[in-house]
Amino acid sequence: MERDTIIIGAGLSGLAAGIRLAYYDREVTVLERHTTIGGLNSFYRLRNRNYDVGLHAVTNYAPHGTKTGPLSKLLRQLRMRWDDFNLSPQKGSAVAFQGRKLRFNNDFAFLEQEIASTFPAQIDNFRKLVDVIAEHDPLRLDRKEASARAVLGSHISDPLLIDMLLCPLMFYGSATPRDMDFSQFVIMFRSIFLEGFGRPLEGIRKILKNLVKRFKSLGGELRLRAGVKSIHVTGNRATAVELDSGEVIEAKNIVSSAGSYETLKLCGSRPDEIDMRRFQPGDISFCETLFTLNRTPAELGINETVLFYNDTPEFHYENPADPVDLRSGIICSPNNFEYDRPMDEGMVRITALANSDYWFNLPQDKYEEQKAYWCDEIVRSALGYIPDFRDAVVDTDMFTPRTIRKFTGHVNGCVYGAPNKLVDGRTHLHNLFLCGTDQGFLGIIGSMLSGITIANYHLLK
Amino acid sequence: MNEGQIRQVIIDILERIAPDEDLSELDDAVPFREQMELDSMDFLDIVMELRKQYRIQIPEEDYEHLVTMNSTVTYLTPLLKDVESPA
Repeated sequence: MERDTIIIGAGLSGLAAGIRLAYYDREVTVLERHTTIGGLNSFYRLRNRNYDVGLHAVTNYAPHGTKTGPLSKLLRQLRMRWDDFNLSPQKGSAVAFQGRKLRFNNDFAFLEQEIASTFPAQIDNFRKLVDVIAEHDPLRLDRKEASARAVLGSHISDPLLIDMLLCPLMFYGSATPRDMDFSQFVIMFRSIFLEGFGRPLEGIRKILKNLVKRFKSLGGELRLRAGVKSIHVTGNRATAVELDSGEVIEAKNIVSSAGSYETLKLCGSRPDEIDMRRFQPGDISFCETLFTLNRTPAELGINETVLFYNDTPEFHYENPADPVDLRSGIICSPNNFEYDRPMDEGMVRITALANSDYWFNLPQDKYEEQKAYWCDEIVRSALGYIPDFRDAVVDTDMFTPRTIRKFTGHVNGCVYGAPNKLVDGRTHLHNLFLCGTDQGFLGIIGSMLSGITIANYHLLK
Repeated sequence: MNEGQIRQVIIDILERIAPDEDLSELDDAVPFREQMELDSMDFLDIVMELRKQYRIQIPEEDYEHLVTMNSTVTYLTPLLKDVESPA
């Protein structure tokens, strides 16, 4: 039986695209290789505890009743209510570099004050930059590439401030090493500094479960353990997908959230048939350590929601030579949001850049040993910025680029996808479209808007 | 459908698009865009909802008629006059 649309991947973007199509009565099937939904932003249970992968914080926070901005746009498109995500705002975050600290929260004026007091010579320059950001429309599907460092450098003359502004935006969304495309920078700047962080008390599962409920109530079909092995191609059209089991499902349209390079591989395309530069995979990946605590982070003196740190004169955002880059990282305390009631237990997550090849190539016995070693090293590097919490740890878990590759299918375990975004979602085939990280709207809200935009623009209009 | 019924059809669509919105205060003479911050994505949705429910096609050049409730009802009246009200 032919489906109207098959969507590859039950992550945020695929489920959001599915909801749009099912709402308008399309016969749509979402296929997911794993036994659970989510992909890059997912959740799991380990030793009777709930953990999130991916999500530290939902960016693009907006309070209940907000009529503009990405979150309200998203809710309208999904016909969902603000309570379906129920985001609580952050308590406050910071960027700490070499003894200097910039704090920020969901009130942009606070960051301006911080810059005025920490970098008094730069505050006027910063305000000019903010004007440029306000003027820029990053969502145009025909946007042009530009270097964010070049634009920042033309306004701000202190390289430390440039690095401190770029650090959170890169860590939370850049597929490009060392620099960002200016449009990506604008999207991330707005979502993090102008709008801010929020989180549902229950974490990402709250959002994912409500998306699935909505999708199924509209008649959409979700199949787990249904990995796509290949896409059948005739001429310039995709005709069907073949599952790992050998089952073939025909479809009029296919939307893939698997990544641009990964989707090409599913098509069996030869490099000489297409412009491969458009489809180069990314190589930015991370290790993350997760610690369950017998006290809240605040009781241990960890007050920031998210703390971005770096202890070298220049911030190095790239695939590191070492297994883990201990010079910089992200410390996230999911307890430090303004929830109605407290989380069951304290938790701290510390994330750092990691070398994918190193983690891919370790034999299994060495892998566990190296995980334990680097887990300790990551904590040691973070202890320059937060009080020692190790006595309070009751459980520990860690994931590496190897884990990310397994659950996302991204070839290098890359978290933010390919450096070159295919913003209009088009591929070399007429009826095969991309959504998700390699389309290029980033963050939790952005990834859902990615699926929606591609469904609207190519399949519903 | 008469004008009152068509107005209710639009209210129902707006309620689905923005379930958190209070529409009891909607001014029929003021653009939706100003009162509800609707953007082009939302207008496309109104058009698609009408297509889904009543099988009417609204060409892109006619979107300008969907500015206020009054202009929308005026535009839709000839298109929906022979259609039964859903209520």
